Amino acid sequence: MNSSIESRASKRIKATVLWFTTFLLMLIMCVPGLWVVLSAFRPNREILAKPPVWVPEDLTLDNFGKIFGFGTEQIGIPVTSYFMNSMIIALTSTIIALIIGMAGGYAFARYRFRFKGGIFLGLMLFRAVPGIALSLPVFMMWSRLGLIDTKMGLIIVYVSLNVPFTIWLIDGFFRQIPLSLSEAAQVDGCTRWQAFWKIEFPLAKSGIAAAGVFAFLTSWNEFALASQLTRSTDSKTLPVGLLDFTAQFTIDWAGMCAMAVIIIVPALVLTFLVQKHLIAGLTFGGVKG
Amino acid sequence: MAEILLEKIVKKYGSLEVVHGIDLAIAHEEFVVLVGPSGCGKSTTLRMIAGLEDISDGIVRIGGMIVNDLPPRKRNISMVFQNYALYPHMNVRDNLGFGLKIAGQPQDVINQRVAEAAEILELSQLLDRTPAELSGGQRQRVAMGRAIVRQPQAFLFDEPLSNLDAKLRGQMRAEIKKLHQKVKTTVVYVTHDQVEAMTLADRIVVMRDGYIEQVGTPMEVFNHPASTFVATFIGSPPMNLLPGTVQAGEVILTDGSKVPVPMRAKAEDGQKVLLGIRPDDISPVGHGLSQDGPGAELNLIVALAEPLGMESLIYTRIAGQEVQAKLYGPRIVKPGDALTFRLALDRAHLFDAATGITLEAR
Repeated sequence: MNSSIESRASKRIKATVLWFTTFLLMLIMCVPGLWVVLSAFRPNREILAKPPVWVPEDLTLDNFGKIFGFGTEQIGIPVTSYFMNSMIIALTSTIIALIIGMAGGYAFARYRFRFKGGIFLGLMLFRAVPGIALSLPVFMMWSRLGLIDTKMGLIIVYVSLNVPFTIWLIDGFFRQIPLSLSEAAQVDGCTRWQAFWKIEFPLAKSGIAAAGVFAFLTSWNEFALASQLTRSTDSKTLPVGLLDFTAQFTIDWAGMCAMAVIIIVPALVLTFLVQKHLIAGLTFGGVKG
Repeated sequence: MAEILLEKIVKKYGSLEVVHGIDLAIAHEEFVVLVGPSGCGKSTTLRMIAGLEDISDGIVRIGGMIVNDLPPRKRNISMVFQNYALYPHMNVRDNLGFGLKIAGQPQDVINQRVAEAAEILELSQLLDRTPAELSGGQRQRVAMGRAIVRQPQAFLFDEPLSNLDAKLRGQMRAEIKKLHQKVKTTVVYVTHDQVEAMTLADRIVVMRDGYIEQVGTPMEVFNHPASTFVATFIGSPPMNLLPGTVQAGEVILTDGSKVPVPMRAKAEDGQKVLLGIRPDDISPVGHGLSQDGPGAELNLIVALAEPLGMESLIYTRIAGQEVQAKLYGPRIVKPGDALTFRLALDRAHLFDAATGITLEAR
């Protein structure tokens, strides 16, 4: 009796500690984000007030008004073209990375070829190199090739950053699909190509979508290389555009936060999508494991 | 007509040769079972017939046509896989009709043939389910249904029952047999289970290490095994093999006891042999099935008795070697009991000790 009461008590203590720790960690992770979102709706003077105003007293849409050119105050930051640049660059590089990733992932999952292990390891090692370490050589090459301050320049960089990851992820998904499904389809009358599109692709779809969202987010959020390789509204992306809010002596925190929210929203939406896909995973009933 | 001819088929993976030039002729509408332990090349051979593996050397003909360089889809065969390989994202109806759809058949033909196949395999109630919603036996039936809707020249089965539990396996075995009686088509069936081979086959092909060890009807393979390998692989429990030397028409076992040479065997004096005798043919005197014909009687000590209901499996020793025997009819036997066993030598076999090849006179 005694011991069971004790163990119940200790279980409750454990649960409380666990819950508290989780809460604390979530707090640490969420507060900066919350600060950004709140600040996006507060005037600058409240953000910079001393002592700090913890609970917002004055919520306003003025900061967004400034950016999108409505309301009383206007600023000279071409957010719309940054947004378009970001979209074009992120989408194009994602699509290319996905096509290469599908082809590569399928090849690694299904075919035997020379140096397969070495090539795969090489891709993974390339992934381990921080992008910024390559910024100087890339900058020099791009300046020779005239790719500085072009969308194409950034797209190429992002494709090469994303391809190892998409290959790795998609390879994993194709590996989960038993080879016998493709073989059954071929016996059933498909060419290998048809077997891929009718059987293997639909089954790997969620994995490919997940890889796509990850690739999109990488390109969408990337700052370090974009800040080196872009100059003007021709190619500047949203994260780089954030810097426009820093002037020589002042930083427009409110405007910056409003723009940060604009960057975060598509990323958040996509993250929710990928989460759903990853959880859904692959439901296999056709083969007994 | 869809006979399948294998002529000197070789499969190599790099420098490793796994199938060594086998010849096999499978007649139209024949049910042939390739059986052997894992790694004997039986699945590889089947996959070469299907076109899923390249043929390193030799010729495969299906229905008279050389198919070596044809992809699977042009061989007009269908295959049932060990893991069923149903398309998880399609319901049963679409799984069954997939091959016809790819072939560009009109929808009403597809519907009709799917309905027929579903009827034969009792799947009509399940057409709208996905594979995940089916039991193991139902999935197996869908896999077979997918094979028959296309009305191919030949069915290939790759260990189709090995994922099922013992009871279901027995049921599905009977269904496959019935299916073959309804849908007369050439069948090549791969299994490692000798019971499946015995019950299903018109002819059994016993394979070992990439060679064909013996081809014959189930009864031929059972009654006249060509080698010790076949003798111990087919039949359960396996045949007992007792080493000895032939001397003046008798086999002298290692402990000096003498057993007459089985009638069918031809052996020379001094030849080292293995005397093969199935547990069914060693019984305590008075409890065997037959007392007629040639035999030998030995006094043996029971080491262990396993009652199985109608019969008991008895472990004993002959010439120091463990031997299994059978006792028919209910009688309690205890370890340590001394009994006189009769060896029915008209059904015994003699193999060359060095090569393992039968010494049966044909």
